[in-house]
Amino acid sequence: MKEGWTLVIRPRKRLLDLDLKGLWRYRDLWLMYVRRDIVTVYKQTVLGPLWFLIQPVFTTAMYMFVFGGLAGISTDGAPQPLFYLSGIMMWNYFSECFGVSSNVFTNNAGVFGKVYFPRLVVPLAGLTSNLVKMLIQLMLFVAVYIGYLIAGQELSVNATLLLFPFYVFLLAFHGLSWGLIVSSVTSKYRDIRFLVSFGMQLFMYATPVIYPMSVASGKVKAILELNPLTPVFEAFKYGCLGCGSFSWGGLLYSTVFMLVVLFISVLIFNRTERTFMDTV
Amino acid sequence: MNAIEFDNIGKLYQLGTVGTGTLSHDLNRWWQTKVLGHEDPYLKVGETNDRASKGTSGFVWALKDISFNVAEGEVVGIIGKNGAGKSTLLKLLSRVTAPTTGEIRARGRIASLLEVGTGFNGEMTGRENIFMNGSIMGMTRAEIRSKLDDIVDFAGVARYLDTPVKRYSSGMTVRLGFAVAAFLEPEILVVDEVLAVGDAEFQKKAIGKMQDVSRGEGRTVLFVSHNMSAVRSLCTRGILLENGSVGYIGTTEDAIARYMQKSEDNQHVRIVDHVRWSKSYLRIDNIVVNGTDKDKSEIIRGQRILDFRLDGYAHSNCKTDLIVILRNSFDVPLASLYSGKYNGAPIIIKEGSFSIVRKVLLPKYIARGEYVMDIILKDPLAEYHMGARHSVFLTVEGNCDDNCHPIDQGSYGFMGLELVADES
Repeated sequence: MKEGWTLVIRPRKRLLDLDLKGLWRYRDLWLMYVRRDIVTVYKQTVLGPLWFLIQPVFTTAMYMFVFGGLAGISTDGAPQPLFYLSGIMMWNYFSECFGVSSNVFTNNAGVFGKVYFPRLVVPLAGLTSNLVKMLIQLMLFVAVYIGYLIAGQELSVNATLLLFPFYVFLLAFHGLSWGLIVSSVTSKYRDIRFLVSFGMQLFMYATPVIYPMSVASGKVKAILELNPLTPVFEAFKYGCLGCGSFSWGGLLYSTVFMLVVLFISVLIFNRTERTFMDTV
Repeated sequence: MNAIEFDNIGKLYQLGTVGTGTLSHDLNRWWQTKVLGHEDPYLKVGETNDRASKGTSGFVWALKDISFNVAEGEVVGIIGKNGAGKSTLLKLLSRVTAPTTGEIRARGRIASLLEVGTGFNGEMTGRENIFMNGSIMGMTRAEIRSKLDDIVDFAGVARYLDTPVKRYSSGMTVRLGFAVAAFLEPEILVVDEVLAVGDAEFQKKAIGKMQDVSRGEGRTVLFVSHNMSAVRSLCTRGILLENGSVGYIGTTEDAIARYMQKSEDNQHVRIVDHVRWSKSYLRIDNIVVNGTDKDKSEIIRGQRILDFRLDGYAHSNCKTDLIVILRNSFDVPLASLYSGKYNGAPIIIKEGSFSIVRKVLLPKYIARGEYVMDIILKDPLAEYHMGARHSVFLTVEGNCDDNCHPIDQGSYGFMGLELVADES
């Protein structure tokens, strides 16, 4: 057989063929997708990017009323707005990373059906554009935080807060890898979609978003600790609000968990990517 | 040197809905192939892909045993009727979906125009979409920036560049999409029916661009189309696909001729069934041409008279011309009957049943070959009453004197000129 073919198309790829080189070559496309996500969201809106802030503000107010007020769930001494805002900010980022990844095939069937490019570009761009959104919400959080400091509230900050970028990374890739598995399965079996949409809502309550881990005990606590997102949420609150807890073991568990799921998801994604157009 | 090699390519599709039974099929397939090590049970049952006849299995080979090579710089036209597997073939090449069997080898960057304007977002402006679309096609931002002026110029949308694409007319969107793709400069270009849209000026531009791409710049083009004249003018080689396998590979002319032949063989219908439209006040019941109401007939040697008879019912009085256009198998008009144009005397149709009976004198030396005929009724001043395009397929044996050879349409045209008698 002659040499020099730049492209060979075969029925089945090797199990793990990530095509990182191709991914790198398409970095401009990644940038374009990020840009598109951010620019198109607030086209023809009056408030524009302010909408990124309005949602967490109102949600926080609602949580303060329902969980803090009516239900009287403790925030472990931290001011309620800061406590809820931090939880909402992180949870939103995770769930949106999960969302873009899990819909990657169904939402992009039109484009995927016509042109080839490394499909991973799309979910990766989703992580990035949501990161921008999250950073805007982070600024809100910081503003409220400074406001509390000026008002004389005592808030303990410690060195573990330096790990914040790592927490964000963990949230993003948890969302990505779970989402990719779901996307691959839903491209053929649509049932999963319904399961996932309310499963996500339930899962929020299994994560210390609106409550601190300190209110859980015994069996409930053991179960909540199995959730790989728990250590991340707890560690962030520990770093800036002084409530919650920090454990290297927990973070290690979360990281390993993420890497395993990521590996599996990429395997499945690679397989699906080849023929999903026939089944979607 | 070959730019692309298709080696025994096959693509299996499941018919019907994907859903019920999918999971059990998947489990069964997994059990048979992975655990027991048998051959894939669903690969064997596939039948060739004939859309019209009902098969027995739920799986079908959209493509089977496709093997051919495309040399560098060649422009290959892929033709075939709907469902023959043309688009599937291009989809495999552009890696939108993977083949079930076989291997495709290619040299250089492949860009597909399966449909132009891929990834256009209505909310974004023309400029933003050029960048978006270009990056989807694999260009870098620097590349796009350097070609931006050319692209805008080619698309002719300079004025709307910063307007959201959702405000564009559909033609403008297509222009923009094609323009981006045209400046992609890939080694292999895959085009599927893009020329069907856009106005005449743009089509000309687009075809010209494709010619430049293939001739001047020596790139390889795969072109799928139903537009035979575009295929003929662009392609250096033709591939005819039939039911998922290669029916013919050879010169463009031969491939087209075979395709036209095939599409005629498939139908034995009445001429009147070809009536595409007629006005509500007119009902056409039967059309007889050359002594038969079937759409295929033969003009034998020596025959000079071609007879027409249209029977129908009119709900009101009207005037009409009978127009008959004779075309060759490439759809080029060769001759016509348009009696009203000659003498301005239309046919009067009175309310009630009517019959139009006419006889046409054929040229003495009519060329042998295949012909297609349009039959049209048109008011001398205004509208069309009835139209039946491509409604009669005539095989002409070729007229000539005794002991002679009929002339051939391909080299000598539609009819032979006659000598004035006794000139010498």
